[in-house]
Amino acid sequence: MAGVRLDKPWRALTAANVAGLAGELGVYQLADGEGTVIRIGYAGGRSLFGLRSELQAALAAGGGASQFRTEVTAGYMSRYDELLMVHVADFGSLPEGNADDARRRLGRLTPG
Amino acid sequence: MDFEMTAEQALIVDQVRRFVREEVVPLEAKLDPDASRLEPEDQARLVSITRAMGLYGLGIPPEFGGPDVDIVTQTLIAIETSQHRAGLYSPCFGAFGGAGLAQLYEANDDQKERYLFPMLRGEKHGFFGLTEPSGGSDPARAIRTQAVRDGDDWVINGAKIFISGADGADFGIVFARTDASKGRGGVTCFIVDADTPGFYVRRVVHTLRSGHYGTELQFEDARVPHANVLGEVNRGFAIANDRLTRQRIPYAAGCIGVAIAAQRMSIDYAKQRETFGAMLSTRQAIQWMVVDNEIDIQTARWATLAAACKAARGEPFRTEAAMAKLLASEGASRVVDRAIQIHGGYGVTKDFPFERWYREMRIRRIGEGPSEVQRIVMARDLFDQALY
Repeated sequence: MAGVRLDKPWRALTAANVAGLAGELGVYQLADGEGTVIRIGYAGGRSLFGLRSELQAALAAGGGASQFRTEVTAGYMSRYDELLMVHVADFGSLPEGNADDARRRLGRLTPG
Repeated sequence: MDFEMTAEQALIVDQVRRFVREEVVPLEAKLDPDASRLEPEDQARLVSITRAMGLYGLGIPPEFGGPDVDIVTQTLIAIETSQHRAGLYSPCFGAFGGAGLAQLYEANDDQKERYLFPMLRGEKHGFFGLTEPSGGSDPARAIRTQAVRDGDDWVINGAKIFISGADGADFGIVFARTDASKGRGGVTCFIVDADTPGFYVRRVVHTLRSGHYGTELQFEDARVPHANVLGEVNRGFAIANDRLTRQRIPYAAGCIGVAIAAQRMSIDYAKQRETFGAMLSTRQAIQWMVVDNEIDIQTARWATLAAACKAARGEPFRTEAAMAKLLASEGASRVVDRAIQIHGGYGVTKDFPFERWYREMRIRRIGEGPSEVQRIVMARDLFDQALY
């Protein structure tokens, strides 16, 4: 059983690191220099080159992120929701970059 | 059986069909291929349309404010509402509402005030907690979650798995063993508030169905008042069993709708796609696939409508519902598989809905009782009574 948290090491959000990503579907987290998650996202079936495209867009947009980490998964929708719920359970609120997700009825998790 | 739609049924089906094609399908073009929900404003707009159609709240008995639509017509509607990409598990993105937890219609007046009416008004959401890690096909024996009486309360300990909607629910209907010496006669149904101390939604259970997940629940000395026993102590299995039987008809209808959509797309594609100098539709290999699709669709449709007709007449329909569920889930799986074959490489891309239907349809052969359990249900009935 996979862990509910995405706890891979952070990588620097640079053009070279992002260019090396495969064009696969999955989820990602963006963080500031302190490792504070500022956005959770996913590369879904409409993304041009999967995680690479999404992270390239994040890099171009700026927004204070300097690190990222990814997880390749075909179940990106349920994993995305899970990461949002786990973040709320751990920190009490959504990441600042996920304010739009507050508009919908997000569930509650109490991970062990 | 000679089944012909009444004029009213034909009108309703036509109305719903146009709603799906003109309102629902276009919205999916801007969503992720695995999405199971709309933007809130889009969903609200769809609901306003189904309310205007007089079809919102299908499955809610008229005495509780639902439309007066019989189960046969509901089945015909369910065959239509699943005919889009997300339709198998999110028919029309919930625009027709639903009956919610039908077991609550049997609740006492106090429970109706606290749970049923708020649920029908959309103020509270509930989940159905039956399946456990120890098994789901034989719930009467597999239930190990225990409830022990302590004064005016019951103390619940145990776990549930594959439970949809628990993470966003306000309460749930939870089945627990209250008499270890009895099988199905030792199970009680409780209404558990989601904010009960000791009740936890531990994790998302990831499956082939990415946009619509189940969860794993844990109960650690969760204290539930006796007033929240639904029905009678040790009589909970009948509540679960009734739900499982009734649910098999719309479950089958959803599979049939997807199969019809896949068949329609396959025929259209075969009439446009040319290989080796001729249309696919002229190839016998393709023609036979389409014919086999139609046999699977019609067989499942007749069986499902037969089950609905018996239910509408108030006759026992357990065998027919089991047969419909088995035929529809297995037949529709074959139809979607053939549709992928007809579409070739495009069939497995996310540009088309087939790959999602293929993944989700695989679950349908297990959910609400796997094919093997449907056969057990039918065999029990056949050996207990002559069928003909």
